[in-house]
Amino acid sequence: MKVLVGVKRVIDANVKARVKSDGTGVETANVKMAMNPFCEIATEQAVRMKEAGSVTEIIAASCGPAANVETLRTALAMGADRGVHVQTDAELQPLAIAKLLKSVAEKEQVQLVILGKQAIDNDFNQTGQMLAALLGWSQATFASAIEVAGEWLKVTREVDGGLEHVEVKLPAVVTADLRLNEPRYASLPNIMKAKKKPIDTLTPDALGVDVTPRLKTLKVSEPPARKAGIKVESVAQLVDKLKNEAQVI
Amino acid sequence: MSYRAPLQDMRFVMQELAGLDRLASLPGFGDTGGEVVDAVLDEADRFASDILAPLNRIGDTERARWQDGVVTTPPGFRDAYLRFAENGWNGIGCDPEYGGQGMPKLVTTAVYEMWKAANLSFSLCPMLTSGAIEALMLRGSDAQKQMYLHNMVSGKWTGTMNLTESQAGSDLAAVRTRAVPAGDGSYRLTGQKIFITYGEHDYTENIIHLVLARTPDAPEGVKGISLFVAPKFLVRADGSLGARNDIRCLSIEHKLGIHGSPTCVLSYGEQGGATAYLVGEENRGLEYMFIMMNAARFAVGLEGLAIAERAYQKAVQYARERIQGTDIAGGKDKVAIVRHPDVRRMLMRMKAQTEAMRAVAYVVASAQDAASRHPDAGERARNQAFVDLMIPIVKGWSTETGNEVASLGVQVHGGMGFIEETGTAQFFRDARITTIYEGTTAIQANDLIGRKIGRDGGRALAALVQEMRALDVDLATLTGADAQRMRALLARGVAALERGGRHVAEQYGKNIRAVAAGSVPLLQLMGVVCGGWQMARALLAAQRRLAADGGDRGFLHAKIATARFYADHVLVGAEALAETVIDGGDAVLAMDEAAF
Repeated sequence: MKVLVGVKRVIDANVKARVKSDGTGVETANVKMAMNPFCEIATEQAVRMKEAGSVTEIIAASCGPAANVETLRTALAMGADRGVHVQTDAELQPLAIAKLLKSVAEKEQVQLVILGKQAIDNDFNQTGQMLAALLGWSQATFASAIEVAGEWLKVTREVDGGLEHVEVKLPAVVTADLRLNEPRYASLPNIMKAKKKPIDTLTPDALGVDVTPRLKTLKVSEPPARKAGIKVESVAQLVDKLKNEAQVI
Repeated sequence: MSYRAPLQDMRFVMQELAGLDRLASLPGFGDTGGEVVDAVLDEADRFASDILAPLNRIGDTERARWQDGVVTTPPGFRDAYLRFAENGWNGIGCDPEYGGQGMPKLVTTAVYEMWKAANLSFSLCPMLTSGAIEALMLRGSDAQKQMYLHNMVSGKWTGTMNLTESQAGSDLAAVRTRAVPAGDGSYRLTGQKIFITYGEHDYTENIIHLVLARTPDAPEGVKGISLFVAPKFLVRADGSLGARNDIRCLSIEHKLGIHGSPTCVLSYGEQGGATAYLVGEENRGLEYMFIMMNAARFAVGLEGLAIAERAYQKAVQYARERIQGTDIAGGKDKVAIVRHPDVRRMLMRMKAQTEAMRAVAYVVASAQDAASRHPDAGERARNQAFVDLMIPIVKGWSTETGNEVASLGVQVHGGMGFIEETGTAQFFRDARITTIYEGTTAIQANDLIGRKIGRDGGRALAALVQEMRALDVDLATLTGADAQRMRALLARGVAALERGGRHVAEQYGKNIRAVAAGSVPLLQLMGVVCGGWQMARALLAAQRRLAADGGDRGFLHAKIATARFYADHVLVGAEALAETVIDGGDAVLAMDEAAF
């Protein structure tokens, strides 16, 4: 089975994101970037499935500017076999990425797509679902366990209040949740080998995909600074404040 | 956040000051293009920050433990080591023929800085293994190389260096451990070694000890010491492990710092003699040690830099969080202490010294690559002369400065810095060994005035001074007060170094005691001026990048401000140090010894 994993380049999870002074977005110039942590989990899952023998080839795909090649190399160092870079400097929203991945998935004739459930930069949590719909494939989101059973996948989903066990027929799109696995650290020899693995470069035009944004960002602002707390005199006062001031009970 | 590698500064120094781009053109380094180096640094940072750094405090509090000859490393260390080896980091600089990655010294230097900053105690095991690997590479027989190197490069086995005995510290001529031929080509070792880093541990199935000892007919003193290899478990011809060798760990030391690293007393031959094999030729052991000395001393120099970086990061974090007092210029609001001018001064001093040390160390690392790989023999020789001259500086100056920076880190924390729980006290304690092991600062200074300056009449130093002066042409093209101030103070610093160096070269043969009394001040003078030279180059590169509108303006402006601080607060002291070098020796020697 061939697998496609999507890897997104985002601001490093350890960096404190800053809003641009003009409020048009988040500052990314000269900021340390890294692979979206959920995409790492997706990549790790594909590598483990290959190590277990149920996957024959792993193709990592990333959509975005030239620097996304670095993110692809990270996936290759973790164990993906080759990369596909859909290169564009345009703003990409989930629908556009889903369309691009659809066309890559069809071109590569994969049977399974594993994505992160969402990216830590804008938390959309949409691409996997849209992709499944566009492809007309089964989908299993928020996966915390995946098991191959012939033409089917047994997936454990993390849902509110517990775990849901589903079976989906291949081909399918699965999105990875936090507890699916703990991604490996790339070994030094594999980092060196990743340099020699092939990366195909495509463009949205070549794939015939219109990536024009459908959503318009009005304004981005910092969250309000946390105000100092107060000490309440009694439980009764606490209940009163929660009821009348905070209006949460 | 406990530690993140300063990747931006590392890359700036590698690219702008240490000639990373030129490296890929050296034979054998074709795989070290920017993209791969970036990926290696990123992944090393992740390993150092996520895995090694959180274990640092555990190593300090839980410590390595000894019971009945068995050493247990602190919780988590063994797992971290196994992952470290599995991920191929152990062989980063080693020969690909034995499974290493053959990365250039410049790249391994940045990576080693991360291990050391994240967890100094942990980093010592791979460092000692790499020293033992180098010894076997240089002088081991083919059979010895085949027997040991693959497993040592992969990290399956570790290595140690057994030099010190209780009566033979800085003076290795006093080594007494005996090696008697067994008649089958091997030797039987008897004696006791102390201060053996990772001499016993629970990481791996075998430990390969390299041991200095005397054969029965060996001449007295330094010319009668041979080098032996003695594995903890003997290795059979097919590579499998055989009998346990007659080597026992009698105890581990209770130390001021680096508690996670077991410092062992090893006893050889309690049951008749430990089996050992001669490395190279008899009576040349100390000479072999000297070949490796540059690498070992350089590595310890990096520890000064690494601890300084770690202490700085911790101090900055605390200074931003700690609210205390109001702004001295007015206002009622309580402010974070980073607002207070003297806290800023301390932080700037920590930052400036750390960046200067990094620049000097990386430039010397890059010169080591050129010295070993450059196609032109003249270039190799020129770089080697520079490296030889600079090793005592990287070792002596960086570790002394690392101690100063770690001490400032405690000071920034105020009373909390004195409390162990805060964590910065550990850096201060861990740093303390770095000016002592692998040759004390005085030993480095002795090497500097003797082998490096006295012996060649100061020629290598004069060449360095000339190279520093050549920078003035470029500095003269820069506008702005920062550049002009740096230019003026660098010129004065270089002149001071020239005066101090010339004095030592001239007086070395005539008034050796007075010159020796001023040797550490000379080492400091040279470190301070070399740091200024590199910070001036950094300022130059930053201004050019800004003018070309290339890069992170915030970082580049900070680099210029840091260089200016270095000039005004550190480099300015060069002239005073030169006075001490030239005139201070007599005062050291004047008083009667009995008056102490």
